[in-house]
Amino acid sequence: MEISKKTIEKIAHLARLKINEADLEPMQERLSSILTWVEQLSEVPTDNIEPMFSVHLDHMPCRSDKVTDGGCADDVLSNAPESALEMYSVPKVVE
Amino acid sequence: MSKDLLSLDIASIHEGFRKKTFSAQEVTAAYLSKMEETRELNAYVLETPEVALEAAKKTDVRLSKGEDLRDMEGVPVGVKDLFCTKGTRTTAASHILKDFVPPYESTVTQKLWNSGAIMLGKTNMDEFAMGSANLTSAFGKTLSPWQIKDDDRRFVPGGSSGGSAAAVAAQSALVATASDTGGSIRQPAAFCGLVGVKPTYGRCSRYGMVAFASSLDQAGPLARSVRDAAIMLRVTSGHDPKDATSLTHSVPDFEKEMTGSVKGLRVGIPKEYQVGGLTSETSALWEEGASWLQSAGAEIVEVSLPSTQYALPTYYILAPAEASSNLARYDGVRYGHRVDGETLDELYERTRGEGFGDEVKRRILIGTYVLSAGYYDAYYLKAQKVRRVITREFQNVFTKVDVLLSPTTPTPSFAFGEEPTDPVTMYMNDVLTVPANIAGLPALSLPAGLTEEGLPLGLQLIAPAFQENILFQTAGVMEEAAEFQKKVKAMRSSS
Repeated sequence: MEISKKTIEKIAHLARLKINEADLEPMQERLSSILTWVEQLSEVPTDNIEPMFSVHLDHMPCRSDKVTDGGCADDVLSNAPESALEMYSVPKVVE
Repeated sequence: MSKDLLSLDIASIHEGFRKKTFSAQEVTAAYLSKMEETRELNAYVLETPEVALEAAKKTDVRLSKGEDLRDMEGVPVGVKDLFCTKGTRTTAASHILKDFVPPYESTVTQKLWNSGAIMLGKTNMDEFAMGSANLTSAFGKTLSPWQIKDDDRRFVPGGSSGGSAAAVAAQSALVATASDTGGSIRQPAAFCGLVGVKPTYGRCSRYGMVAFASSLDQAGPLARSVRDAAIMLRVTSGHDPKDATSLTHSVPDFEKEMTGSVKGLRVGIPKEYQVGGLTSETSALWEEGASWLQSAGAEIVEVSLPSTQYALPTYYILAPAEASSNLARYDGVRYGHRVDGETLDELYERTRGEGFGDEVKRRILIGTYVLSAGYYDAYYLKAQKVRRVITREFQNVFTKVDVLLSPTTPTPSFAFGEEPTDPVTMYMNDVLTVPANIAGLPALSLPAGLTEEGLPLGLQLIAPAFQENILFQTAGVMEEAAEFQKKVKAMRSSS
């Protein structure tokens, strides 16, 4: 399927991914070729077939609902570019 | 002496420790100096000699006290840079994680250290494991140590575990950790003349592995022999409460499964794996592999997996969809790299726009597209249904045969500058490896022969879920019949 520049811009925004103007056209070309290629899946009959999200969903072991970790705010924040008061800090969101 | 140390397998290293022929520090030092000598390969993105020597010293102290040798005691290991190592930078070869120092350790590496293994460094890879040639790393490409006689060209080591494969092949690591989402252990194993195992989905914990596509990712070993791979896989396997998809099945002693016999084993040859683009040498080796098993008493049966051709397009919907979700966490807030913006959205967009490479961006966009309103059913849900069709075909075929044999890749490694420029052609590298990931099955690649020019070729075995034992049983017999190391020696001594 051909995918338009406008669609690329839209999904890039959904993915919060800045795409430079110059890269839009090559991206459009490549995404279109990939999407056209995957469309061959429509040849496979899948009526009455349930989607399969993972391979062993039936065997997943449960654990007890207990806290096993915590109290390590310093570790959690150790890679933050900016933090204050045991929190991540970001540009102001609410005026 | 140090050169001899590098060619020893795990069992021989342990024998040397027991007889006090050499110490763990001597073995580690030999690997570290090989690592320095082979820096041009760019196999490592971070060398950790201090960590290695410290661990080797501890092993020597244990040995001097007469303590038992643990399974991986004193074994120098390369660690793919997507396994989080506590206090040691872990980047997934991405600019966006260039300063990330994990405050925790992945379960797979923890199990290795608990059994005495020694970390030499972190190995190069395709960015976020997205690639088949190690060309997408933010640290630059990795070279394969393999070269053709009287030919200046350098070849790709395969991907995404290209650094791990190059290191083990160049003897700058005895074994290495790797991960396989669509072929990222097996394809580099085939390109570099190594044994690579992708275990059953759920066999190894994914805790602390930088996630690419969570329903497909599995950790596994790259090694120079089937036996070393078996030892390492057993150590790294088993249920982990920190990963709900790691299963509670007991872990057999895979090494003991190498009985040397395949009498009565039913080996399936899937006719659909005869794909276009398979080189004639690969095709011939596939037949030869079947004949080795037949002469050892196995029964060769042609089987059909009719939907094989749809595995790759299914993968290229599911893997990007899962990746687009997994990679949402790299937002410029939590993992080090940030590009400022006026607003929070602008900060996200700029950080991600600058931090991710082209292939990663492409997959995030594809994933976002197939999950977005209006396209979800047509792409994502359809692919999940085809995934079930493919899985059922495997289940059906495994009522008739015990194991499947195929080539690992359609072609041998290719030279830099000769790689396909169009993404879909590049993706074809994984056409024979992806189906096992789709169905969560264990698969192994072993070096089985050389091209006329002298590049390695691999054959792949695929077994039913949790039957890695059959992989090791079969691969052991094939390894002996293939005499790969002997052929390599003969080729090198004639040149």
